[in-house]
Amino acid sequence: MSLNKPQGLGIFIFTIFVAMALKIAPFPAFFSELNPDWVLLTLIYWSITTPERTGIISAWTVGLLTDVLTGRLLGQYALAYPLAIYFCAKNHHRLRRFPLFQQGLLIFFVQFLSQLLIFWTENFHSATRFTSAFWWPVISGTLFWPIVYSILSLVRVPRKLR
Amino acid sequence: MFVVVVSVALLITEHRSNHLSGLRSALSLITYPVQFIVSLPKTVTNQAISSVNSNSTLREEYNKLKQDHLITKAKLLKFEALEKENIRLRALLANSFKLGEQVLVAELLSVNLAPYEHTVLVNKGSRFGVHAQQPVMDADGIVGQVIRSTPLTSEIILITDPSHAIPVQVNRNGLRTIAVGSGQLNQLNLPFLPNNADIIPGDLLITSGLGGRFPYGYPVAVVDNFNPQSDKPFASVSATPKAQLDKTRELLIVWSDSKPVPLTENQNPEQHNTDVTE
Repeated sequence: MSLNKPQGLGIFIFTIFVAMALKIAPFPAFFSELNPDWVLLTLIYWSITTPERTGIISAWTVGLLTDVLTGRLLGQYALAYPLAIYFCAKNHHRLRRFPLFQQGLLIFFVQFLSQLLIFWTENFHSATRFTSAFWWPVISGTLFWPIVYSILSLVRVPRKLR
Repeated sequence: MFVVVVSVALLITEHRSNHLSGLRSALSLITYPVQFIVSLPKTVTNQAISSVNSNSTLREEYNKLKQDHLITKAKLLKFEALEKENIRLRALLANSFKLGEQVLVAELLSVNLAPYEHTVLVNKGSRFGVHAQQPVMDADGIVGQVIRSTPLTSEIILITDPSHAIPVQVNRNGLRTIAVGSGQLNQLNLPFLPNNADIIPGDLLITSGLGGRFPYGYPVAVVDNFNPQSDKPFASVSATPKAQLDKTRELLIVWSDSKPVPLTENQNPEQHNTDVTE
């Protein structure tokens, strides 16, 4: 297992890197509205499957980098991600065993929590309005969850990272 | 829960001060590769397109540019004389005159920072001396201003962002007002004009220079709609930005905070400078 650790870290960083790229990629207008929070989805996946390695601290680090990447105030994502990941890591046993529908429901709530925190902290530097745009990434993120899950499993399972 | 405290502390610190810009700059060096890779396909396609341009297209473009150059040069002939005259006239009025501006060309990185926010990223940062609050324009008009610069990139807020407002005046009669972003790339709102304001569709709005952030006299937008609302104190006025916000890839970052030129020895230019500088 000790041999796996550095490799696991490499894979983790790589997947986060890809997720960050997807998060800021210039998609056509209709899709950029419902572009889900790929970074959060990836973090959720790793926190469910390897909870002892991907915890609050990694979520915080990734959140801080996402803040810089997307030009938020430092601490917006760094506040939302650890709280969301705390919830996932705490319930990872249940989440792993849940059927897809129930899992999706919880993923929906975790994303909703993160989105809500971002929305609140956004009010720090600009007035925001609560529109339907708030919901699109959360809904599409839930719909994309099975795809993200299976793709990341393809990356993880052959390497026996646990 | 220690993490939450740290995050909240970070949030408050950055909101209140700019002590954290060093940390942000350091972290931006880590995230720059992501931004670079995301904008790579666009850069490569652009280069590929330009490398397979045919001889005839290039010739055509060259001729067109040559013509444009000739026309602009002819226009500039008069400009120098007018500038001198302007300085003389201002001297008569005991007014000050601001020096011309310096510009730096920066290229857009095609990344989408946050939906519903009109901020863009360009490839010139504090290494080139770019700093926050600098005005940005393209060949047609004002684009926005720099809100944050890191060593390799800087973020620019467009004039159409809902949280952005720019002091403007009507070129025809000097009527001053404020243009606020609408959240749509092709529209600005002028919410503070009374119902009997002297403004008609087709009026050119230029920067008024008030506030000291945007230099005076650059085109911002053209008024396209003026609806007096008799039941409300202000009319509803909308304008279309002159700058091609969704098309340009090259932006000009402007240095305009140069000191006003003292005209004669015995007067203090600061006294007569009407602009509010920060």
